[in-house]
Amino acid sequence: MAKNAAPQTAGFESFQTRHLSNKLWTWPFVAALIAVLALGAISLFTGVYDIQGQADGREMFFTTRVPRTASLMLTGAAMAMAGLVMQLVTQNRLVEPTTTGTIEWSGLGLLFVYLLFPAPSLLLRMTGAILFSFIGTMLFFLLLRRVRLRSSLIVPIIGMMLGAVISAVSTFIGLLFQMTQNIESWYIGSFSNVQMGRYEYLWLIVLVTVLVFICADRLTLAGLGQDVATSLGMNYNRIIFVGTALISLAVGIVAAVIGNLPFLGLIVPNIVSMFRGDDLRSNLPWVCLLGMGTIMACDILSRVLIMPFEIPVSLILGTVGSVVFILILLKQRRSPQTPR
Amino acid sequence: MIRIENVKKSYTSDVQIGPLNIQIPKAGLTSLIGPNGAGKSTALLMIGRLLDLDEGQISVANLDIATSKSRDLAKILTILRQENHFVTRLTVRQLAGFGRFPYSKGRLTQQDEEIVSKYIDFLDLTALEHRYLDELSGGQRQRAYVAMVLCQETEYVLLDEPLNNLDVARSVQMMEHLKYAAAEFGRTILTVLHDINFAAKYSDRICAMKNGQIAAYGTVAEIMQPEILTDIFETKIEIIQGPYGPIAVY
Ligand SMILES: Nc1ncnc2c1ncn2[C@@H]1O[C@H](COP(=O)(O)OP(=O)(O)OP(=O)(O)O)[C@@H](O)[C@H]1O
Ligand SMILES: [Mg+2]
Repeated sequence: MAKNAAPQTAGFESFQTRHLSNKLWTWPFVAALIAVLALGAISLFTGVYDIQGQADGREMFFTTRVPRTASLMLTGAAMAMAGLVMQLVTQNRLVEPTTTGTIEWSGLGLLFVYLLFPAPSLLLRMTGAILFSFIGTMLFFLLLRRVRLRSSLIVPIIGMMLGAVISAVSTFIGLLFQMTQNIESWYIGSFSNVQMGRYEYLWLIVLVTVLVFICADRLTLAGLGQDVATSLGMNYNRIIFVGTALISLAVGIVAAVIGNLPFLGLIVPNIVSMFRGDDLRSNLPWVCLLGMGTIMACDILSRVLIMPFEIPVSLILGTVGSVVFILILLKQRRSPQTPR
Repeated sequence: MIRIENVKKSYTSDVQIGPLNIQIPKAGLTSLIGPNGAGKSTALLMIGRLLDLDEGQISVANLDIATSKSRDLAKILTILRQENHFVTRLTVRQLAGFGRFPYSKGRLTQQDEEIVSKYIDFLDLTALEHRYLDELSGGQRQRAYVAMVLCQETEYVLLDEPLNNLDVARSVQMMEHLKYAAAEFGRTILTVLHDINFAAKYSDRICAMKNGQIAAYGTVAEIMQPEILTDIFETKIEIIQGPYGPIAVY
């Protein structure tokens, strides 16, 4: 350090390699990619219907298996991404769409659409879900401004309480208008009904991913807090707004098409962060990939465990997720840097 | 020049900072000293536009900080807070790289990378540059924060206790560098220091605060007086002449 003149001579040859530490195409990434593709292949060929033996097997393959695998990949990426963006925006590791009430809000949105329109189209339902999850998430963030210690457990507790209130409201409305069945089946997210013609809106998630990638550096910076962001000349409130909009888009689309998928947004970003830190731009491919892998693995399990029946994938996710949630909590308590 | 006119901030009815009136000329190192709770951080945060003023006006390089675009200010003014805690896990180099954000919006150019490397080397973080912040010691982390702020390469630099957690050698090096940047590149550096003797040795001017007011402002020789310091810190302080200038003894 400081022999006054700052050493510009650190060596040009070292400079060439110094900043390239976070490159994407590493061996682990290739391995993960192959694993996810393999899971995709397994997913395509798992199921009760014998697509190789039956005469209309080929047709079945394209109307149900391919849509199912595609929607698994898309929702997995969407939920993992939504969780990560949410964690950056709130500066809290334990936050994701199910621990902030976002999912419950989109459920309420769906319910309202069912109430207002007799036989709502999927587009209508999706719009309702996106709109409500945006309002709910914004509300939650406003509430958060009143919480001093952003990294504390208080944050997900507030979120879950808010979520509980909203889902109670939904249930109440459901009882009032005799629509409880709609809600109950919605709360158990499952891919068993996915088929051609019913899932195509999920492709919008590709667009959301591109948008997140464009905003990646700003979102990472938002994760350093309002003061650092402002000092570096970034409009903090605007990026929070944009981040919330992106989260709501992803969650709303998934909520309308598939349903409630708990904990995916919590598990995946936390695991990625452990190995690769939180630089969003270089991590986004990893987060999407692991999201896809996790949900496909859970879905394959859900199909084979009690064959020929299916366990809703949300149950498996919920079980795995809560275990991981607890593990993260325990790890946080042990690390000395985290203030209590 | 940093111009502060009639600036007031009241947190509660009994905690009031100001009215502050002071002009800090361009180029040079100014130290802000004073007891705990004197209002040093508050003043710094207001200059750094991180805290809204209740009354008054602050301008930096003739830009009113209340009305100027934050984006423009980020190229002439930077601030390091007293306490930093990031939940986001970044490496030292990634963090320092964000110091270039006002210029590159995240896409670092070759030149940005060179600047980042320069300050990382300079702050003795070369071997640690790919470590995560939560895997560093307190002093190492403090240096990483300073690296980010220096990477911004602004004309005005506000630092709240930059020597926090640093050992003596690192403290001396840091102050040497700040002094050098002020003298050689005409940077205007305003830094909160708790060690009066560091302030005396490296500053061009010292500003002393007490009870939310500016108690004294002047050159090192003017402020390093036993009566003034004793009065400000309410502790008996004597001044002796050391080999490098006045030394406070308490
Ligand atoms: N957010 C806040 N809300 C209420 N009061 C505050 C707040 N921040 C600071 N204060 C009060 O304002 C006064 C000045 O605080 P400030 O942080 O500016 O002091 P300081 O000179 O930086 O002290 P230190 O040397 O301990 O860092 C103190 O009395 C403090 O209690
Ligand atoms: Mg302070």
